Amino acid sequence: MISTENISKKYRSELVLKGVSTILPTGKIIAFIGSNGAGKSTLLNIISRLIPPSEGSVVIDGKKTSLWNTGDLAKTLTILGQSPQSETRITVKDLVSFGRFPHSNGETTPDDERAVAEALNITGIETLKDRYIDELSGGQRQMAYIAMSVAQDTKYILLDEPLNNLDMGRSVKIMKLMQKLVKEKSKTIFVVVHDINFVSFYADYVLALKDGILKYQGETESIMRPEILSDIYDIDITVENYRGKKICIYYK
Amino acid sequence: MRSLKQPFFKTFFILTALALCLGSAYLFAGLAEGSWNYNIARRINILAAIAVTAVSVGLSSVVFQTITSNHILTPSIMGLDNLYVFIQTVVIYFLGTGEMEMMTRQNDFLLTLAIMTAASTSIFIFMFKTNCANVYFAVLAGLVFGIAFGGLSSFMQVIIDPSEFSILEGRMFASFNKINLPLMGISSLIVALSSVWIALDFKNLDVMTLGRAHSVALGVNYEKIVLKTFVAVSLLTSASTVLVGPVTFLGILIVSIARFIFPTYRHDILVPGTILVGICALISGMLVTERYLQFTVPLSVIINFAGGICFIYLVLKLKRI
Ligand SMILES: Nc1ncnc2c1ncn2[C@@H]1O[C@H](COP(=O)(O)OP(=O)(O)OP(=O)(O)O)[C@@H](O)[C@H]1O
Ligand SMILES: [Mg+2]
Repeated sequence: MISTENISKKYRSELVLKGVSTILPTGKIIAFIGSNGAGKSTLLNIISRLIPPSEGSVVIDGKKTSLWNTGDLAKTLTILGQSPQSETRITVKDLVSFGRFPHSNGETTPDDERAVAEALNITGIETLKDRYIDELSGGQRQMAYIAMSVAQDTKYILLDEPLNNLDMGRSVKIMKLMQKLVKEKSKTIFVVVHDINFVSFYADYVLALKDGILKYQGETESIMRPEILSDIYDIDITVENYRGKKICIYYK
Repeated sequence: MRSLKQPFFKTFFILTALALCLGSAYLFAGLAEGSWNYNIARRINILAAIAVTAVSVGLSSVVFQTITSNHILTPSIMGLDNLYVFIQTVVIYFLGTGEMEMMTRQNDFLLTLAIMTAASTSIFIFMFKTNCANVYFAVLAGLVFGIAFGGLSSFMQVIIDPSEFSILEGRMFASFNKINLPLMGISSLIVALSSVWIALDFKNLDVMTLGRAHSVALGVNYEKIVLKTFVAVSLLTSASTVLVGPVTFLGILIVSIARFIFPTYRHDILVPGTILVGICALISGMLVTERYLQFTVPLSVIINFAGGICFIYLVLKLKRI
């Protein structure tokens, strides 16, 4: 279980995250929503120890992040940042193999081979495995990075805008993949998604941030309400029912 | 991550063979009867210095590029060897011994080494924290540092006592033709120890080519390894500078060639590859200066000429992106 205790983040004199305290559910897809600059990435990066909070602390499975051995934590939790990139010339397969690093420290075992093959398979990029990542399309590269996180096989997976660059088909595929990981491997997935209808259809639980404050939190059903969404995004949003799910309409 | 080793086997074999051929060509060719003993001893020393330099410069350049995430900068382009010369000048100026004894030399060297490591590691960390994303800024800062330290050294050398200056001269203007033999043992030892120390982290460094965020997510103790690498780079640069003097563009030359021959992120391939390229480049340069240019042009000038061109090419390529 992951909980945050009153975390704040200050850049220069500006508070971009203001006292976020929450207990996050497990075994679910948990979506983080909020407009640009609301503090979603900051929150995810703090939870995953990529950046330190200015105040407060994060507790993962009963232990503060600062007390975790970073190598052990990498077997429990992984994060894929917003628009990941690197200038390294590396093939897709090698990139995905890096996901096994916390488990094998670079000495590939048959278990690792299997995990890598599976990750390539379920993300559907097997055919790209020998291509160099700097020669892929933006969406293909995004899939390769997601495959790396999947190969890492951690209990908690944090994905910051994984649908970036992906077409609708791929986006649906990634969301379904997340559902599958949650159901079959009892993972807990934290994901930042901007397309509110993807949240409505695939997320189990939602955290909504506004101006650095955790403003709403609850089951997806309870968040998909016009007054809440209009408040979060500062535009008029109509919510309709469609096949038992909520659809948000914001085109005017 | 293992599968890549095979394709490079042949390349390694060829490079090693080339290094051995060049080495023996340098060692044995054109030896006159009378001066055999003198010459062979001299040449063996030079070859040994070349090997130590290649290891030191090759290793430090590759790992420096890894932790700063760029393929253009090297420790010496950042002015590190000039910093070493500067610190050495200061040490001799203030502790000026006037003696040439072996022990004093070693003590001076170790003192310089300690100050150098502290100073350069602080500078690196400062730059790393403030602005590492901008390569142009780093190049500029490095050039400024280099010029500043060079100028300061010259200034101190002017005001230094003439007898002390002669000691300094012997060390500071070390070159491949005037190797600092008394310190050969200790500098080789430092290079060897630092290399082993860094080689233990090659796997972590492989991951670090992906950048900080991915490294942390994959459980690499990023800050610790960056610090460790900076310390090792300072030690390596000091050791090679005291032995053969500064050769600013050697690192960039051999790393760029090695990256071209060995297009991989793996340090256990890239580092030995860079070292072999370094050995070949230095011996070839030595053959050219000794046999064709009759010592009129020092080896460092030839290497800097080739490396400088390589550097300019890389900077221009950077601009196009
Ligand atoms: N390194 C930084 N230095 C200064 N300010 C920063 C830094 N990183 C983020 N911020 C500021 O913090 C605030 C929150 O940023 P954050 O990246 O968390 O937003 P976000 O919710 O992820 O937005 P988006 O949807 O655009 O990704 C923004 O106002 C941003 O300008
Ligand atoms: Mg963000």
